[in-house]
Amino acid sequence: MGNVNVKQVDRVKQGLWEKSYIPEILRGLSVTAGHFFRNLSPNKSKRTIFTRDYPEEPTDYPDRYRGLHRLMLREDGQVRCVACMCCSTICPADCIHIEAGEHDDPGIEKYPDVFVIDELRCIVCGLCVEACPCDAIRMDSGVHIPPYTERSDAFYGRDLLMELGGLSQAKQGGDRSPS
Amino acid sequence: MVEVLISLLKITVIVFVFVMGVASAMTLLGDRKQSAKIQNRVGPNQAKFFGFSLFGFPHFIADGIKMVLKENIVPANANKFLHTIAPALVFMPALIGWSVMPFMDHFCTGTVQTLPDQNYTEICTGPGAEWKNYFSIMHMNSGVLFAFAIAAISVYGAAIAGWASNSKFSLLGGLRSSAQMISYEVSMGLSLAGVLMIYGTLNINEMIRMQGNLLGDWLPMWGIVIQPVAFFLFLLAGLAETKRAPFDLPEGESEIVAGYITEYSSMKFAMMQLAEYAATVFIAALVAVVFLGGWQFPYVYADGIRIFGGHWVPFGEEVWYWISIFLRIGAMVFKILFLVWLQFMMRWTLPRFRYDQVMTLGWKILLPLSIANLFVTALVLVIIW
Repeated sequence: MGNVNVKQVDRVKQGLWEKSYIPEILRGLSVTAGHFFRNLSPNKSKRTIFTRDYPEEPTDYPDRYRGLHRLMLREDGQVRCVACMCCSTICPADCIHIEAGEHDDPGIEKYPDVFVIDELRCIVCGLCVEACPCDAIRMDSGVHIPPYTERSDAFYGRDLLMELGGLSQAKQGGDRSPS
Repeated sequence: MVEVLISLLKITVIVFVFVMGVASAMTLLGDRKQSAKIQNRVGPNQAKFFGFSLFGFPHFIADGIKMVLKENIVPANANKFLHTIAPALVFMPALIGWSVMPFMDHFCTGTVQTLPDQNYTEICTGPGAEWKNYFSIMHMNSGVLFAFAIAAISVYGAAIAGWASNSKFSLLGGLRSSAQMISYEVSMGLSLAGVLMIYGTLNINEMIRMQGNLLGDWLPMWGIVIQPVAFFLFLLAGLAETKRAPFDLPEGESEIVAGYITEYSSMKFAMMQLAEYAATVFIAALVAVVFLGGWQFPYVYADGIRIFGGHWVPFGEEVWYWISIFLRIGAMVFKILFLVWLQFMMRWTLPRFRYDQVMTLGWKILLPLSIANLFVTALVLVIIW
Protein backbone atom coordinates (compact mmCIF):
# COMPACT_ATOMS: atom_id res chain seq x y z
CA MET A 1 0.00 0.00 0.00
CA GLY A 2 1.47 3.26 -1.06
CA ASN A 3 0.92 6.50 0.62
CA VAL A 4 -2.31 8.12 -0.34
CA ASN A 5 -1.90 11.79 -0.91
CA VAL A 6 -4.56 13.47 1.12
CA LYS A 7 -5.13 17.13 0.67
CA GLN A 8 -6.75 18.87 3.56
CA VAL A 9 -9.22 21.42 2.35
CA ASP A 10 -10.22 24.04 4.82
CA ARG A 11 -13.89 24.57 5.18
CA VAL A 12 -14.85 28.14 4.52
CA LYS A 13 -16.35 29.40 7.73
CA GLN A 14 -19.59 31.23 7.22
CA GLY A 15 -19.87 34.48 9.05
CA LEU A 16 -23.03 35.90 10.49
CA TRP A 17 -23.52 37.83 7.25
CA GLU A 18 -23.76 34.65 5.17
CA LYS A 19 -25.66 32.74 7.81
CA SER A 20 -28.41 35.30 7.98
CA TYR A 21 -29.29 34.27 4.41
CA ILE A 22 -31.08 37.44 3.42
CA PRO A 23 -28.14 39.58 2.17
CA GLU A 24 -26.74 36.62 0.26
CA ILE A 25 -30.14 35.81 -1.21
CA LEU A 26 -30.44 39.44 -2.29
CA ARG A 27 -26.99 39.19 -3.91
CA GLY A 28 -28.07 36.10 -5.83
CA LEU A 29 -31.32 37.78 -6.79
CA SER A 30 -29.42 40.77 -8.13
CA VAL A 31 -27.42 38.47 -10.41
CA THR A 32 -30.45 36.68 -11.83
CA ALA A 33 -32.49 39.87 -12.03
CA GLY A 34 -29.59 41.51 -13.85
CA HIS A 35 -29.68 38.78 -16.48
CA PHE A 36 -33.46 38.96 -16.65
CA PHE A 37 -33.64 42.70 -17.29
CA ARG A 38 -30.61 42.75 -19.58
CA ASN A 39 -32.25 40.14 -21.76
CA LEU A 40 -35.52 42.07 -21.82
CA SER A 41 -33.80 45.15 -23.22
CA PRO A 42 -35.27 46.28 -26.54
CA ASN A 43 -31.76 46.84 -27.87
CA LYS A 44 -30.81 43.39 -29.07
CA SER A 45 -27.10 44.08 -29.01
CA LYS A 46 -27.26 44.66 -25.25
CA ARG A 47 -28.81 41.28 -24.56
CA THR A 48 -26.70 38.33 -23.57
CA ILE A 49 -28.83 35.85 -25.52
CA PHE A 50 -26.75 34.79 -28.48
CA THR A 51 -29.31 32.50 -30.07
CA ARG A 52 -30.18 33.40 -33.64
CA ASP A 53 -33.76 32.78 -34.80
CA TYR A 54 -32.33 30.97 -37.74
CA PRO A 55 -34.85 30.70 -40.55
CA GLU A 56 -36.50 34.03 -39.68
CA GLU A 57 -33.20 35.79 -39.19
CA PRO A 58 -30.65 34.72 -41.84
CA THR A 59 -27.08 34.05 -40.89
CA ASP A 60 -24.18 36.07 -42.28
CA TYR A 61 -22.03 33.70 -44.28
CA PRO A 62 -18.30 34.36 -44.38
CA ASP A 63 -16.80 35.47 -47.69
CA ARG A 64 -15.34 32.09 -48.49
CA TYR A 65 -18.45 30.16 -47.50
CA ARG A 66 -19.10 27.10 -49.68
CA GLY A 67 -22.76 26.85 -50.52
CA LEU A 68 -24.73 25.61 -53.49
CA HIS A 69 -22.75 24.97 -56.65
CA ARG A 70 -23.16 27.16 -59.68
CA LEU A 71 -21.94 26.87 -63.24
CA MET A 72 -20.29 29.94 -64.68
CA LEU A 73 -21.17 31.33 -68.10
CA ARG A 74 -19.25 32.47 -71.10
CA GLU A 75 -19.77 35.98 -72.41
CA ASP A 76 -22.36 34.68 -74.87
CA GLY A 77 -24.31 32.93 -72.12
CA GLN A 78 -23.10 29.44 -72.87
CA VAL A 79 -21.76 27.20 -70.14
CA ARG A 80 -18.04 27.59 -69.48
CA CYS A 81 -17.63 23.95 -68.59
CA VAL A 82 -15.63 21.93 -71.15
CA ALA A 83 -16.60 18.54 -69.70
CA CYS A 84 -13.02 17.68 -68.79
CA MET A 85 -14.31 15.47 -65.94
CA CYS A 86 -11.74 16.86 -63.49
CA CYS A 87 -14.40 17.71 -60.94
CA SER A 88 -16.26 14.43 -61.16
CA THR A 89 -12.94 12.58 -60.93
CA ILE A 90 -11.73 14.37 -57.81
CA CYS A 91 -15.10 14.43 -56.09
CA PRO A 92 -14.70 12.23 -52.99
CA ALA A 93 -18.42 11.78 -52.66
CA ASP A 94 -18.83 10.92 -56.31
CA CYS A 95 -21.74 13.28 -56.64
CA ILE A 96 -21.06 14.90 -60.02
CA HIS A 97 -22.32 13.18 -63.13
CA ILE A 98 -21.22 14.58 -66.51
CA GLU A 99 -22.04 13.37 -69.98
CA ALA A 100 -19.98 15.20 -72.56
CA GLY A 101 -21.37 16.35 -75.89
CA GLU A 102 -19.58 17.67 -78.94
CA HIS A 103 -19.75 21.39 -79.36
CA ASP A 104 -20.64 22.98 -82.71
CA ASP A 105 -17.92 25.56 -82.26
CA PRO A 106 -14.63 24.02 -83.41
CA GLY A 107 -12.78 26.26 -80.92
CA ILE A 108 -14.54 24.49 -78.06
CA GLU A 109 -14.01 20.79 -78.04
CA LYS A 110 -16.67 19.55 -75.63
CA TYR A 111 -19.47 20.80 -73.49
CA PRO A 112 -21.53 19.03 -70.82
CA ASP A 113 -24.64 17.60 -72.36
CA VAL A 114 -25.73 16.41 -68.94
CA PHE A 115 -24.30 17.90 -65.76
CA VAL A 116 -25.99 16.74 -62.59
CA ILE A 117 -24.85 17.34 -59.02
CA ASP A 118 -26.49 15.34 -56.26
CA GLU A 119 -26.55 17.92 -53.49
CA LEU A 120 -27.50 15.28 -50.95
CA ARG A 121 -24.28 13.38 -51.57
CA CYS A 122 -22.12 16.47 -51.80
CA ILE A 123 -19.93 16.86 -48.73
CA VAL A 124 -19.26 20.53 -49.54
CA CYS A 125 -15.48 20.01 -49.59
CA GLY A 126 -14.85 22.39 -52.47
CA LEU A 127 -12.40 20.09 -54.28
CA CYS A 128 -14.37 20.38 -57.53
CA VAL A 129 -13.81 24.13 -57.47
CA GLU A 130 -10.10 23.60 -56.89
CA ALA A 131 -9.88 21.05 -59.67
CA CYS A 132 -11.70 23.02 -62.33
CA PRO A 133 -9.16 24.30 -64.90
CA CYS A 134 -11.45 26.92 -66.40
CA ASP A 135 -13.36 28.48 -63.47
CA ALA A 136 -16.56 26.82 -64.61
CA ILE A 137 -17.81 25.51 -61.28
CA ARG A 138 -17.97 27.53 -58.13
CA MET A 139 -19.54 27.15 -54.71
CA ASP A 140 -19.74 30.84 -53.86
CA SER A 141 -23.44 31.25 -54.65
CA GLY A 142 -23.95 32.30 -51.04
CA VAL A 143 -26.98 30.02 -50.85
CA HIS A 144 -27.25 27.47 -48.12
CA ILE A 145 -28.07 23.99 -49.40
CA PRO A 146 -31.76 23.78 -48.59
CA PRO A 147 -33.51 20.77 -47.09
CA TYR A 148 -35.37 18.60 -49.58
CA THR A 149 -38.60 16.70 -49.19
CA GLU A 150 -38.19 14.82 -52.49
CA ARG A 151 -34.92 13.07 -53.23
CA SER A 152 -35.23 14.04 -56.88
CA ASP A 153 -35.28 17.73 -55.92
CA ALA A 154 -31.68 17.39 -54.76
CA PHE A 155 -30.43 16.59 -58.26
CA TYR A 156 -29.35 19.92 -59.66
CA GLY A 157 -29.21 19.82 -63.44
CA ARG A 158 -27.07 21.91 -65.77
CA ASP A 159 -29.65 24.56 -66.53
CA LEU A 160 -30.56 25.05 -62.90
CA LEU A 161 -26.90 25.40 -61.97
CA MET A 162 -26.41 27.86 -64.82
CA GLU A 163 -29.27 29.99 -63.53
CA LEU A 164 -27.28 30.47 -60.32
CA GLY A 165 -24.13 31.19 -62.30
CA GLY A 166 -22.72 34.39 -63.75
CA LEU A 167 -19.94 35.71 -65.89
CA SER A 168 -16.40 34.79 -64.94
CA GLN A 169 -13.55 37.25 -64.95
CA ALA A 170 -11.08 34.55 -65.93
CA LYS A 171 -9.96 34.41 -69.57
CA GLN A 172 -10.67 31.11 -71.17
CA GLY A 173 -7.98 29.62 -73.37
CA GLY A 174 -8.28 28.63 -77.06
CA ASP A 175 -9.01 30.65 -80.13
CA ARG A 176 -12.73 30.59 -80.64
CA SER A 177 -12.83 32.19 -84.08
CA PRO A 178 -12.71 29.70 -87.01
CA SER A 179 -9.33 29.93 -88.70
CA MET B 1 -81.09 40.75 -7.22
CA VAL B 2 -78.67 43.51 -8.10
CA GLU B 3 -76.42 42.41 -5.23
CA VAL B 4 -76.37 38.86 -6.54
CA LEU B 5 -75.41 40.09 -10.00
CA ILE B 6 -72.68 42.29 -8.56
CA SER B 7 -71.35 39.36 -6.54
CA LEU B 8 -71.32 37.14 -9.61
CA LEU B 9 -69.52 39.84 -11.56
CA LYS B 10 -66.94 40.25 -8.78
CA ILE B 11 -66.37 36.50 -8.59
CA THR B 12 -65.94 36.29 -12.35
CA VAL B 13 -63.58 39.21 -12.59
CA ILE B 14 -61.44 38.42 -9.55
CA VAL B 15 -61.28 34.63 -9.60
CA PHE B 16 -61.70 33.64 -13.20
CA VAL B 17 -60.19 36.59 -15.00
CA PHE B 18 -57.49 37.85 -12.66
CA VAL B 19 -56.39 34.84 -10.61
CA MET B 20 -56.79 32.19 -13.26
CA GLY B 21 -55.38 34.53 -15.88
CA VAL B 22 -52.28 35.29 -13.86
CA ALA B 23 -51.86 31.70 -12.69
CA SER B 24 -52.10 30.22 -16.15
CA ALA B 25 -50.01 32.95 -17.74
CA MET B 26 -47.38 32.11 -15.14
CA THR B 27 -47.16 28.55 -16.45
CA LEU B 28 -45.79 30.06 -19.63
CA LEU B 29 -44.30 33.43 -18.76
CA GLY B 30 -42.97 32.60 -15.33
CA ASP B 31 -41.75 29.10 -15.74
CA ARG B 32 -40.52 29.17 -19.30
CA LYS B 33 -39.94 32.68 -20.55
CA GLN B 34 -38.63 34.14 -17.31
CA SER B 35 -36.32 31.20 -16.67
CA ALA B 36 -35.13 31.45 -20.26
CA LYS B 37 -34.25 35.12 -19.87
CA ILE B 38 -32.42 34.46 -16.63
CA GLN B 39 -30.42 31.65 -18.21
CA ASN B 40 -29.67 33.57 -21.43
CA ARG B 41 -31.99 31.41 -23.50
CA VAL B 42 -34.75 32.42 -25.87
CA GLY B 43 -37.50 30.21 -24.52
CA PRO B 44 -40.40 28.71 -26.43
CA ASN B 45 -41.35 30.70 -29.51
CA GLN B 46 -42.06 28.17 -32.23
CA ALA B 47 -45.82 27.68 -31.78
CA LYS B 48 -47.40 30.38 -33.89
CA PHE B 49 -50.69 32.09 -34.67
CA PHE B 50 -50.74 32.90 -38.38
CA GLY B 51 -46.98 33.18 -38.40
CA PHE B 52 -46.68 35.33 -35.28
CA SER B 53 -45.01 33.80 -32.26
CA LEU B 54 -46.53 36.43 -29.87
CA PHE B 55 -43.81 35.93 -27.23
CA GLY B 56 -44.56 32.21 -27.20
CA PHE B 57 -48.14 32.69 -26.06
CA PRO B 58 -49.60 30.03 -28.41
CA HIS B 59 -47.56 27.43 -26.51
CA PHE B 60 -49.84 28.00 -23.57
CA ILE B 61 -52.93 27.20 -25.64
CA ALA B 62 -51.18 24.23 -27.22
CA ASP B 63 -50.42 22.95 -23.71
CA GLY B 64 -54.04 23.34 -22.69
CA ILE B 65 -55.30 21.46 -25.75
CA LYS B 66 -52.72 18.74 -25.19
CA MET B 67 -53.71 18.36 -21.53
CA VAL B 68 -57.40 18.09 -22.37
CA LEU B 69 -56.83 15.51 -25.09
CA LYS B 70 -54.52 13.26 -23.05
CA GLU B 71 -55.78 9.99 -21.68
CA ASN B 72 -56.90 10.14 -18.08
CA ILE B 73 -55.24 7.27 -16.23
CA VAL B 74 -56.15 6.04 -12.76
CA PRO B 75 -53.57 3.56 -11.48
CA ALA B 76 -54.62 0.00 -10.67
CA ASN B 77 -55.76 -0.51 -7.07
CA ALA B 78 -55.87 3.23 -6.51
CA ASN B 79 -58.83 4.65 -4.65
CA LYS B 80 -60.62 6.02 -7.66
CA PHE B 81 -62.92 8.38 -5.79
CA LEU B 82 -60.21 10.05 -3.72
CA HIS B 83 -57.80 10.04 -6.65
CA THR B 84 -60.37 11.94 -8.67
CA ILE B 85 -61.40 14.54 -6.09
CA ALA B 86 -57.86 15.25 -4.82
CA PRO B 87 -57.00 17.76 -7.58
CA ALA B 88 -60.18 19.66 -6.74
CA LEU B 89 -59.24 19.62 -3.05
CA VAL B 90 -55.89 21.15 -3.92
CA PHE B 91 -57.35 23.60 -6.37
CA MET B 92 -60.41 24.93 -4.55
CA PRO B 93 -58.63 26.41 -1.48
CA ALA B 94 -56.35 28.40 -3.72
CA LEU B 95 -59.43 30.08 -5.21
CA ILE B 96 -61.75 30.31 -2.18
CA GLY B 97 -59.28 32.45 -0.26
CA TRP B 98 -59.72 35.22 -2.81
CA SER B 99 -63.22 35.89 -1.52
CA VAL B 100 -61.79 38.11 1.22
CA MET B 101 -59.14 39.89 -0.86
CA PRO B 102 -60.02 43.54 -1.35
CA PHE B 103 -58.75 45.09 -4.58
CA MET B 104 -59.87 48.56 -3.51
CA ASP B 105 -61.41 50.29 -0.55
CA HIS B 106 -65.19 50.19 -0.31
CA PHE B 107 -66.90 52.55 -2.69
CA CYS B 108 -68.25 55.69 -1.02
CA THR B 109 -71.56 57.02 -2.33
CA GLY B 110 -70.93 60.42 -0.75
CA THR B 111 -67.60 62.24 -0.54
CA VAL B 112 -64.50 60.85 1.10
CA GLN B 113 -62.56 62.90 3.62
CA THR B 114 -59.09 62.05 4.83
CA LEU B 115 -58.21 63.13 8.34
CA PRO B 116 -54.44 63.72 8.58
CA ASP B 117 -54.60 64.38 12.31
CA GLN B 118 -56.33 61.04 12.95
CA ASN B 119 -53.81 58.70 11.33
CA TYR B 120 -55.01 59.55 7.82
CA THR B 121 -58.32 57.79 8.34
CA GLU B 122 -60.71 58.10 5.44
CA ILE B 123 -64.35 58.74 6.29
CA CYS B 124 -67.36 58.76 4.03
CA THR B 125 -69.50 61.85 4.59
CA GLY B 126 -72.52 63.41 2.99
CA PRO B 127 -76.29 62.87 3.14
CA GLY B 128 -77.09 59.16 3.07
CA ALA B 129 -73.50 58.30 2.25
CA GLU B 130 -72.29 54.79 2.95
CA TRP B 131 -69.50 52.39 2.03
CA LYS B 132 -70.45 49.95 -0.74
CA ASN B 133 -68.43 46.79 -1.05
CA TYR B 134 -67.72 46.66 -4.77
CA PHE B 135 -64.08 45.61 -4.86
CA SER B 136 -63.89 42.45 -2.80
CA ILE B 137 -66.16 39.45 -3.11
CA MET B 138 -67.01 39.29 0.58
CA HIS B 139 -66.54 41.74 3.40
CA MET B 140 -65.58 39.61 6.36
CA ASN B 141 -64.53 40.76 9.81
CA SER B 142 -62.20 37.81 10.28
CA GLY B 143 -60.83 37.86 6.76
CA VAL B 144 -57.24 37.03 7.70
CA LEU B 145 -58.28 34.02 9.73
CA PHE B 146 -60.52 32.87 6.91
CA ALA B 147 -57.74 33.20 4.35
CA PHE B 148 -55.34 31.24 6.54
CA ALA B 149 -57.87 28.55 7.33
CA ILE B 150 -58.57 28.07 3.64
CA ALA B 151 -54.89 28.09 2.72
CA ALA B 152 -54.21 25.44 5.37
CA ILE B 153 -56.91 23.16 3.97
CA SER B 154 -55.01 22.63 0.74
CA VAL B 155 -52.66 20.26 2.57
CA TYR B 156 -55.51 17.73 2.64
CA GLY B 157 -55.61 17.63 -1.13
CA ALA B 158 -51.89 16.93 -1.41
CA ALA B 159 -51.98 14.27 1.30
CA ILE B 160 -55.06 12.58 -0.16
CA ALA B 161 -53.55 12.68 -3.65
CA GLY B 162 -50.43 11.02 -2.30
CA TRP B 163 -52.32 8.32 -0.48
CA ALA B 164 -54.94 7.57 -3.11
CA SER B 165 -52.48 7.07 -5.96
CA ASN B 166 -51.28 3.67 -4.72
CA SER B 167 -47.70 4.60 -5.44
CA LYS B 168 -44.80 4.85 -3.03
CA PHE B 169 -43.46 7.98 -4.69
CA SER B 170 -46.83 9.65 -4.37
CA LEU B 171 -47.17 8.63 -0.76
CA LEU B 172 -43.73 10.03 0.06
CA GLY B 173 -44.62 13.25 -1.74
CA GLY B 174 -47.90 13.51 0.14
CA LEU B 175 -46.18 12.95 3.49
CA ARG B 176 -43.48 15.46 2.66
CA SER B 177 -45.97 18.08 1.59
CA SER B 178 -48.13 17.69 4.67
CA ALA B 179 -45.12 17.82 6.99
CA GLN B 180 -43.69 20.84 5.20
CA MET B 181 -46.93 22.79 5.00
CA ILE B 182 -47.80 22.20 8.64
CA SER B 183 -44.31 23.22 9.78
CA TYR B 184 -44.35 26.46 7.89
CA GLU B 185 -47.96 27.21 8.74
CA VAL B 186 -46.85 27.64 12.35
CA SER B 187 -44.18 30.26 11.73
CA MET B 188 -46.40 31.93 9.15
CA GLY B 189 -49.18 32.37 11.69
CA LEU B 190 -46.81 33.49 14.43
CA SER B 191 -45.12 36.08 12.24
CA LEU B 192 -48.55 37.36 11.35
CA ALA B 193 -49.58 37.59 14.98
CA GLY B 194 -47.24 40.54 15.58
CA VAL B 195 -48.85 42.45 12.74
CA LEU B 196 -52.31 41.62 14.03
CA MET B 197 -51.39 42.94 17.47
CA ILE B 198 -50.38 46.27 15.95
CA TYR B 199 -53.39 46.67 13.69
CA GLY B 200 -55.80 45.19 16.21
CA THR B 201 -58.12 43.91 13.52
CA LEU B 202 -58.65 40.76 11.47
CA ASN B 203 -60.49 42.59 8.73
CA ILE B 204 -58.21 42.78 5.73
CA ASN B 205 -59.72 45.98 4.38
CA GLU B 206 -59.34 47.66 7.77
CA MET B 207 -55.72 46.54 7.90
CA ILE B 208 -55.05 48.11 4.54
CA ARG B 209 -56.80 51.33 5.55
CA MET B 210 -54.53 51.57 8.58
CA GLN B 211 -51.50 51.19 6.33
CA GLY B 212 -52.49 54.45 4.66
CA ASN B 213 -51.11 56.27 7.69
CA LEU B 214 -48.05 58.41 7.00
CA LEU B 215 -45.29 58.36 9.61
CA GLY B 216 -43.90 61.88 10.02
CA ASP B 217 -46.13 62.85 7.09
CA TRP B 218 -43.86 61.13 4.56
CA LEU B 219 -43.22 57.44 5.33
CA PRO B 220 -46.17 55.14 4.47
CA MET B 221 -46.84 52.95 7.49
CA TRP B 222 -46.92 49.73 5.56
CA GLY B 223 -46.53 46.42 7.35
CA ILE B 224 -42.98 46.09 6.04
CA VAL B 225 -42.05 49.33 7.80
CA ILE B 226 -43.46 48.44 11.21
CA GLN B 227 -42.67 44.70 11.06
CA PRO B 228 -39.66 44.14 8.76
CA VAL B 229 -38.60 40.86 10.36
CA ALA B 230 -42.08 39.47 10.16
CA PHE B 231 -42.17 40.41 6.47
CA PHE B 232 -39.13 38.28 5.67
CA LEU B 233 -40.32 35.40 7.84
CA PHE B 234 -43.75 35.52 6.26
CA LEU B 235 -42.37 35.70 2.73
CA LEU B 236 -40.05 32.78 3.36
CA ALA B 237 -42.76 30.68 5.00
CA GLY B 238 -45.10 31.65 2.17
CA LEU B 239 -42.56 30.46 -0.38
CA ALA B 240 -42.36 27.16 1.45
CA GLU B 241 -46.15 26.96 1.60
CA THR B 242 -46.52 27.07 -2.17
CA LYS B 243 -44.30 24.00 -2.52
CA ARG B 244 -42.24 25.60 -5.25
CA ALA B 245 -38.48 25.67 -5.60
CA PRO B 246 -36.35 26.11 -3.50
CA PHE B 247 -38.88 24.30 -1.30
CA ASP B 248 -40.19 21.90 -3.94
CA LEU B 249 -39.31 18.81 -1.94
CA PRO B 250 -42.83 17.31 -2.09
CA GLU B 251 -42.39 16.97 -5.82
CA GLY B 252 -38.61 16.81 -6.03
CA GLU B 253 -38.00 15.41 -9.49
CA SER B 254 -34.57 14.06 -8.68
CA GLU B 255 -35.75 12.03 -5.72
CA ILE B 256 -39.39 11.00 -5.91
CA VAL B 257 -40.33 11.46 -9.59
CA ALA B 258 -43.02 14.09 -9.14
CA GLY B 259 -44.16 13.44 -5.58
CA TYR B 260 -47.89 13.41 -5.05
CA ILE B 261 -48.61 14.27 -8.69
CA THR B 262 -46.68 11.30 -10.07
CA GLU B 263 -49.77 9.26 -10.92
CA TYR B 264 -51.80 12.09 -12.36
CA SER B 265 -52.29 12.64 -16.04
CA SER B 266 -54.41 14.73 -18.35
CA MET B 267 -56.38 17.64 -16.95
CA LYS B 268 -56.05 16.37 -13.38
CA PHE B 269 -52.32 16.91 -13.66
CA ALA B 270 -52.94 20.35 -15.14
CA MET B 271 -55.21 21.17 -12.20
CA MET B 272 -52.51 20.19 -9.73
CA GLN B 273 -50.06 22.43 -11.54
CA LEU B 274 -52.51 25.30 -11.81
CA ALA B 275 -53.29 24.97 -8.11
CA GLU B 276 -49.62 25.49 -7.38
CA TYR B 277 -49.53 28.66 -9.47
CA ALA B 278 -52.81 29.89 -7.99
CA ALA B 279 -51.35 29.32 -4.51
CA THR B 280 -48.33 31.37 -5.57
CA VAL B 281 -50.60 34.22 -6.58
CA PHE B 282 -52.60 33.88 -3.36
CA ILE B 283 -49.50 34.04 -1.16
CA ALA B 284 -48.41 37.08 -3.16
CA ALA B 285 -51.77 38.71 -2.43
CA LEU B 286 -51.54 37.87 1.29
CA VAL B 287 -48.08 39.40 1.55
CA ALA B 288 -49.27 42.42 -0.41
CA VAL B 289 -52.28 43.12 1.82
CA VAL B 290 -50.54 42.48 5.12
CA PHE B 291 -47.09 43.94 4.51
CA LEU B 292 -47.08 46.03 1.36
CA GLY B 293 -50.14 48.17 1.91
CA GLY B 294 -52.56 46.27 -0.33
CA TRP B 295 -54.36 48.76 -2.51
CA GLN B 296 -52.64 51.75 -0.90
CA PHE B 297 -50.83 53.87 -3.44
CA PRO B 298 -48.27 56.00 -1.55
CA TYR B 299 -49.54 59.57 -0.96
CA VAL B 300 -52.65 59.00 -3.06
CA TYR B 301 -55.84 59.38 -1.06
CA ALA B 302 -59.43 59.39 -2.18
CA ASP B 303 -59.61 63.17 -1.76
CA GLY B 304 -56.26 64.15 -3.23
CA ILE B 305 -52.53 63.78 -2.89
CA ARG B 306 -51.09 64.32 0.57
CA ILE B 307 -47.42 64.52 1.49
CA PHE B 308 -45.51 66.59 4.08
CA GLY B 309 -48.83 67.93 5.30
CA GLY B 310 -49.57 69.39 1.85
CA HIS B 311 -52.76 68.63 0.01
CA TRP B 312 -53.46 68.83 -3.72
CA VAL B 313 -56.57 67.79 -5.59
CA PRO B 314 -55.70 67.44 -9.26
CA PHE B 315 -58.59 67.50 -11.78
CA GLY B 316 -61.22 68.28 -9.11
CA GLU B 317 -62.79 66.14 -6.38
CA GLU B 318 -65.14 64.00 -8.49
CA VAL B 319 -62.62 63.12 -11.18
CA TRP B 320 -59.87 62.54 -8.67
CA TYR B 321 -61.97 59.99 -6.78
CA TRP B 322 -62.22 57.90 -9.92
CA ILE B 323 -58.55 58.38 -10.73
CA SER B 324 -57.64 57.29 -7.20
CA ILE B 325 -59.82 54.19 -7.57
CA PHE B 326 -57.95 53.14 -10.69
CA LEU B 327 -54.58 54.01 -9.18
CA ARG B 328 -55.37 51.92 -6.13
CA ILE B 329 -56.60 48.89 -8.08
CA GLY B 330 -53.50 49.25 -10.23
CA ALA B 331 -51.31 49.39 -7.14
CA MET B 332 -52.85 46.19 -5.76
CA VAL B 333 -52.46 44.36 -9.05
CA PHE B 334 -48.93 45.65 -9.46
CA LYS B 335 -47.94 44.51 -5.96
CA ILE B 336 -49.36 41.04 -6.55
CA LEU B 337 -47.63 40.72 -9.90
CA PHE B 338 -44.37 41.98 -8.46
CA LEU B 339 -44.47 39.45 -5.62
CA VAL B 340 -45.33 36.66 -8.04
CA TRP B 341 -42.39 37.74 -10.16
CA LEU B 342 -40.19 37.78 -7.06
CA GLN B 343 -41.24 34.26 -6.14
CA PHE B 344 -40.35 33.07 -9.61
CA MET B 345 -37.03 34.86 -9.41
CA MET B 346 -36.40 33.03 -6.14
CA ARG B 347 -37.13 29.78 -7.86
CA TRP B 348 -34.48 30.40 -10.51
CA THR B 349 -31.99 31.90 -8.08
CA LEU B 350 -31.71 29.52 -5.16
CA PRO B 351 -30.67 25.88 -5.19
CA ARG B 352 -33.09 23.67 -3.40
CA PHE B 353 -32.82 22.48 0.14
CA ARG B 354 -32.36 18.96 1.37
CA TYR B 355 -35.44 17.76 3.19
CA ASP B 356 -33.85 17.84 6.65
CA GLN B 357 -32.65 21.37 5.90
CA VAL B 358 -36.21 22.41 5.10
CA MET B 359 -37.37 21.04 8.43
CA THR B 360 -34.43 22.65 10.26
CA LEU B 361 -35.14 25.98 8.66
CA GLY B 362 -38.81 25.71 9.55
CA TRP B 363 -38.61 24.53 13.15
CA LYS B 364 -35.21 25.71 14.36
CA ILE B 365 -34.80 29.06 12.63
CA LEU B 366 -38.11 30.49 11.46
CA LEU B 367 -40.17 29.38 14.46
CA PRO B 368 -37.83 30.82 17.17
CA LEU B 369 -37.37 33.97 15.11
CA SER B 370 -41.09 34.49 14.71
CA ILE B 371 -41.69 33.86 18.41
CA ALA B 372 -38.93 36.35 19.27
CA ASN B 373 -40.46 38.83 16.86
CA LEU B 374 -43.85 38.34 18.45
CA PHE B 375 -42.37 38.79 21.93
CA VAL B 376 -40.46 41.96 21.04
CA THR B 377 -43.51 43.40 19.29
CA ALA B 378 -45.65 42.68 22.33
CA LEU B 379 -43.07 44.26 24.62
CA VAL B 380 -42.80 47.40 22.50
CA LEU B 381 -46.58 47.68 22.29
CA VAL B 382 -46.91 47.40 26.06
CA ILE B 383 -44.26 50.07 26.62
CA ILE B 384 -45.50 52.55 24.01
CA TRP B 385 -49.25 52.19 24.39
